[in-house]
Amino acid sequence: MRKGQYRFVAGFLLAPLALYLIFVIWPYLQTIGYSFTDWKGQSQTFSFVGLDNYKALFQDDVFLEAIWHNILFLVFIPVITILLALFFAFMVNAGGRGGAGGVQGVAGSRFYKIVYFFPQVLSLAIVAVLFGALYRSDSGGLLNGLLIKLGLVDGNNPIEWMNEPNLVLWCLMAVVVWHGVGFYLVLFSAAMQSIPRDIYEAALLDGASRTHTFFRVTLPLLWDTVQTAWVYLGIIAMDMFVLVSTTTQGTGYGGGPDHHSEVMANVMMRNFLYFGKSGYACAMGVVMLLLTLILSVVTLRATRRERIEF
Amino acid sequence: MSAPITEPTKVDGAGVPPQRNARKAPPRPGDKRTEGMALNVFSHGFLALWAVLIILPLLWLVLSSFKTDAQIGGSALGWPSNWQFDVFTRAWNKGIGDYFANTLIVLVFSVPLTMLLGAMAAYVLARYEFPGNRLVYYFFVGGAMFPVFLALVPLFFMVKRLDMLNTYQGLILVYVAYSLPFTVFFMHAFFRTLPTAVFEAAVLDGASHTRAFFQVMLPMAKPGLLSVGIFNVLGQWNQYILPSVLMQPQTSSDPERYVLTQGLIQLQQQQGYATDLPVLFAGVTIAMIPMLIVYLSFQRQVQAGLTSATLK
Repeated sequence: MRKGQYRFVAGFLLAPLALYLIFVIWPYLQTIGYSFTDWKGQSQTFSFVGLDNYKALFQDDVFLEAIWHNILFLVFIPVITILLALFFAFMVNAGGRGGAGGVQGVAGSRFYKIVYFFPQVLSLAIVAVLFGALYRSDSGGLLNGLLIKLGLVDGNNPIEWMNEPNLVLWCLMAVVVWHGVGFYLVLFSAAMQSIPRDIYEAALLDGASRTHTFFRVTLPLLWDTVQTAWVYLGIIAMDMFVLVSTTTQGTGYGGGPDHHSEVMANVMMRNFLYFGKSGYACAMGVVMLLLTLILSVVTLRATRRERIEF
Repeated sequence: MSAPITEPTKVDGAGVPPQRNARKAPPRPGDKRTEGMALNVFSHGFLALWAVLIILPLLWLVLSSFKTDAQIGGSALGWPSNWQFDVFTRAWNKGIGDYFANTLIVLVFSVPLTMLLGAMAAYVLARYEFPGNRLVYYFFVGGAMFPVFLALVPLFFMVKRLDMLNTYQGLILVYVAYSLPFTVFFMHAFFRTLPTAVFEAAVLDGASHTRAFFQVMLPMAKPGLLSVGIFNVLGQWNQYILPSVLMQPQTSSDPERYVLTQGLIQLQQQQGYATDLPVLFAGVTIAMIPMLIVYLSFQRQVQAGLTSATLK
C-alpha cells in the first residue's frame, strides 16, 4: 500500500518536473554560468572570463541608461497606476448617492468595470499597434489630430510623440497605465467589497466625510492588496520589452530616439540576437534578476504594516 | 412571529413601524446627502472620462480599417468612407488567418496539457506526505518569481538542441513549462481546501489513487481549474516574447509559423514600408474580436480569475 502510494506520487510528478527542469530551471542556471564566459552563441567553444562581462556591463553607457529608465518606470508606473485605480475603485464602490443605507456604488458600476478591464485581455502586441497609430507624428495620429482640431497644436508642426527624446518615456508610461488601471481597479474593488459595510456606516454615523472614510478606513484595510499590486507593477516596470521593442524606433528592438527609451530587456535581447554576444547578454539577465529580487524584498519590507484582521 | 423583545417605539403617523419609516428629510446644506450628490456628479464625470479614454482609441482603430490609405495619412478625425469588408479578407489572407490557426493549434494542446500536468503535480504536493514535498513545492513556486528574460538565451539553445525551434511541439512544451509554476501554486491552494471525506469514500470503495484523482478530485476542483484555465488561456494567447525567440524560420525552406501576436507585430513593421495601413488595422480588429467575445461572455469569471490569481 505504502509502496504503491510512492509509485503513484512519483508517476504524477515525473512529467511536470521533467518539463520544468528542462525548460525553466536548467536554462536559469545556465544563464548564471554563461554570464562568466565569452560565449558567442554560434560556436560551442567558449572560455571562462570571470567577471569581465560584469565589468564591461557597468561601462556600457547604453545599459546604464537602460537601468536608469527602468528605475524611472519603477517609480512612476506603480504610483500613477495605483493612485488612479484606487481613486476609480473608490468612486465605483462608494461614490454613489448615499441613501438611507449609507455608502453605495455609483449607478452603472458594472459597466465601468467591464470597460476599464477590457484592455487587460488584449495582448500587448495589439496595444502596441494601437498606440503606434495613436502616437503618429503627423495629423493622422489620433492625439495629434485631436490637438490640432482643438487648436492646441500647429497643424504644420505636430508633436512627434515617440521621436521626442523628452517625451518618449512618458508616452510609454501612459500606455502601461492605460493598459493596467482596469485590472487594479477590479482588484481593489474586490478587496473593498470584502470590507464589512457596517464599518463604513459606523464611520459615516460618527460624522466622517467620504474623504475621511477613504483615508482612515478603506486605505488601511486595503494595504495588503496595494502591496501586491505594487510588486506586480514593479515587475511590469522592470520588463517593458514588448512595448519598447515594438513602438520605439531604432534597429534591433527599438530603444530610440538615440537610446532615450532603452530598457534592460531590449538591450539584452539586442546583444543576444543582433550582436550574438550571448555571454554578455546572460550577464545582463543576471543583473536583471538581482534587481528584481531586491525590488521584491524592498517593496515587501518597506510597505509592511500591521495586518488588520476583519 | 412576535419577537420577545421589541424596541420601545412611539407610534408615529398611521401606525407604520417606525424602523421602516426612515423618512427622507429634505436635504439641508452641508448634509451628508448633498455631499453624496456632489460626489456623485464628480465621480460620474471622472469615471465617464476614463471610459471614453478606453473606448475612443479602440473604436477609432476599428473605424480606421474602413479608411483608405490617403485618409489615414490625412486627418485622424476624418470619418471613414470606404465601407467595404474586403479589407478584412485582405488582412486574413495576408497572414492573419495563418497566425490565427497557428495560435489555435498551439493553445489547443498547451492549455489542456498545462492544466493536466499542473493539477497532477499540485494534487500530489497538496495531498500526499513524502520526503522532499516542501522542497519540490518551493522549487515549482520559486520559478514564478523570475523574469523570462533570464532564461531566454540558454532556452533558445536548449530548444535548438532538441531540434524544436520553429515547431509547434517546441512552443507547446515551453508554454506548459512556463505556465506550471503559477498553475501549481494556485491549484495547490485549491486542492488543500477540498474535503477529504469524499476521497476516503472513493478509496474505501476500491478506487485506485489515479482513479480517485481523475474521477473524484478533479471534478471537484472545477471552479479552481476554470480560474487558472482562463488565466492560462489569456497568458498564452497574449505571449509574445517566447514565440518571438523560438518561432523564427530556421532555414529558407522552413515555413513561417508565427503566432498571432508575433504576426501582428510583423505586419506592423512591414506596413512601415508597404503602406497598406487599413490592412494592419483590420488585422488588429480581427485579433481583438475573439478576445472581446470571450471577455464579454465570461467577464465575471475572467475578472475573478485574473484578480484572484494575483491575490493568492
